[in-house]
Amino acid sequence: MAELLRVNDLVTQFKTESGLVKAVDGVSYYIDEQEIIGLVGESGCGKSVSQLSIMQLISAPGEIAGGEVIFEGQNLLKYEANGPQMRSVRGAKIAMIFQEPMTSLNPVLTISQQLTEMLQLHMKMNDDTARKRAIELMSMVGIPGAENRIDDYPHHFSGGMRQRVMIAMGLSCNPKILIADEPTTALDVTTQAQLLELMKDMVQRFRTSLIIVTHNLGVVARYAQRIYIMYAGRIVESGTTKDIFANPHHPYTIGLLKCIPRLDEEEGTKLVPIQGLPPNLINMPSTCAFLPRCSYRLEKCAREPWPPLTPVNGNHYISCYANTKEKSK
Amino acid sequence: MNQKRSDNLLDVRDLKMYFPVTRGLLRRKVADVKAVDGVTFKLKRDETLGLVGESGCGKTTIGRCILGLYKPTEGGIFFEDEDIADYPEKKLRQIRSKMALIFQDPYSSLDPRQSAGSIVGEPLKIHQMVMGKGEYRDRVEELFRIVGLDPSMTDRFPHEFSGGQRQRIGVARSLACDPNLIVCDEPISALDVSIQAQIINLLEELQASAKELSYLFIAHDLSVVRHISDRVAVMYLGRIVEICKAVELYNNPLHPYTRALLSAVPIADPVVEETRERIILKGEVPSPLNPPPGCSFHPRCFMAIPECSQAVPPLRDIGGGHEVACIRV
Repeated sequence: MAELLRVNDLVTQFKTESGLVKAVDGVSYYIDEQEIIGLVGESGCGKSVSQLSIMQLISAPGEIAGGEVIFEGQNLLKYEANGPQMRSVRGAKIAMIFQEPMTSLNPVLTISQQLTEMLQLHMKMNDDTARKRAIELMSMVGIPGAENRIDDYPHHFSGGMRQRVMIAMGLSCNPKILIADEPTTALDVTTQAQLLELMKDMVQRFRTSLIIVTHNLGVVARYAQRIYIMYAGRIVESGTTKDIFANPHHPYTIGLLKCIPRLDEEEGTKLVPIQGLPPNLINMPSTCAFLPRCSYRLEKCAREPWPPLTPVNGNHYISCYANTKEKSK
Repeated sequence: MNQKRSDNLLDVRDLKMYFPVTRGLLRRKVADVKAVDGVTFKLKRDETLGLVGESGCGKTTIGRCILGLYKPTEGGIFFEDEDIADYPEKKLRQIRSKMALIFQDPYSSLDPRQSAGSIVGEPLKIHQMVMGKGEYRDRVEELFRIVGLDPSMTDRFPHEFSGGQRQRIGVARSLACDPNLIVCDEPISALDVSIQAQIINLLEELQASAKELSYLFIAHDLSVVRHISDRVAVMYLGRIVEICKAVELYNNPLHPYTRALLSAVPIADPVVEETRERIILKGEVPSPLNPPPGCSFHPRCFMAIPECSQAVPPLRDIGGGHEVACIRV
């Protein structure tokens, strides 16, 4: 499949009173047409900010300090954040679903008003066709009685139903890319499964690429074809889902996989926690940010700057000096 | 006192907790929310019982009833063979020194204006467990050490600690009176993935080193519950639908809801994921205000037959302590 979006060396920083926070510090990745990729990391690792940067939704004191976002041959970061060119991409060609379905819908507008707005704006539909299309979209995402429910307000819907509305809204203009930022974290387990299956089916149907941003390794194992593991504003490992789970190389990835309990684990399995805490991103040192927590560290790690992403085999990259495979054997 | 200590630390019998819904000026009762509707289980000494279910299934309410924070509508709670369900406040207070609670949110469960040391030491004062200032200070410092915090930090305030450290303060507070029972209500769900394992391991170590300590572990995350528990009770809409050994839960789930819940949890392994059964439930959890007749799961159940809507299926033992409430198994 052809490449659809490529992010090169993206840097997004926040100038705070206590210092400079590089939330995203030189992140590069790509997504192909009709591909599902996962961006995994803990809170504060920059996974959401990197997505908001693509959409130019960073507001002060944050700023996109460098890098490029190539989409359809154009660098999106050259566009003015609120200019007409960016607005024709945002929501129409690249759409986003947020974590909190409670706060991302406007409580004082009906679902119909919120869904048709996008159709009228981007697809230039008139009132009637937009409403028809909105009803169609709502039944597609599994909202029963869409015709009657379209004039309801967000508070009439449960959390799961609201997230369905968000999915309908995200897909309403046939976007090329759908970004789902922790789309099911606030929901119940069985509702999560319903929505993730729905999203997978819908992106297939609409031939859309999907970026799943999550902290849940299980979710990406189930749905993503390729994944990027992020730590402290950088990508530390990337590759196909199968490669990474079968053969994790970066100490952080190895640690993550050992510290989460698995549903199918043997009785008496011990979890191996990652020692220490995620780093404070204010005024970070130039060495590897995982160093203080790393059990594979070498002398070199404390001297050299953060290691660049280097291939271990084929499409599998890590940013680490240590040879974790040798040590774990 | 008792001639012989029974094996069961806690014996909950047919517990019901209804919350009245009132309307109008006279606050006339118009309905009941049946948060817990006839729950029976036993917790053995030194055992960990996991209580899983989706939000609103009544798992937290059970925990609160046991601690005497709610007066149950009906049913018995036998703690060390005494029915404490109807105990007056004064007598409850004595009993409560033997039980403790760890909360979900380490941010709101610690008083921001109280120092960490005084948070941990407060139960000692209330239950007069120590004599004099010296002993008090020694015990608080000892508690800090037990949970892996530096005793020199007793004078700091909650905001100076990270999320994981705050949860350690919560654990230290719960241990202050040397309880036999700790109710852990979603103790790790607010923490980062890499920190969760630290707290799980801490809880496991504490149990191993204590003379006698049982956990009632309430959570929605099945993998975590299965990891830490000896037995697991699965709840749906105020009732236990299945209760069995933790190993059995994954290897041999019987209730259709348990099967759906398990299949909804993705395992962080793409190879395993490819072959797993996926049951996607229809609809959402009904309101406990107006639960469906008979088995409350039948409208969403893929195994339902007309008889399912006639009567509430009782929990029955199908061998080896594996109990299930379903007429189809």
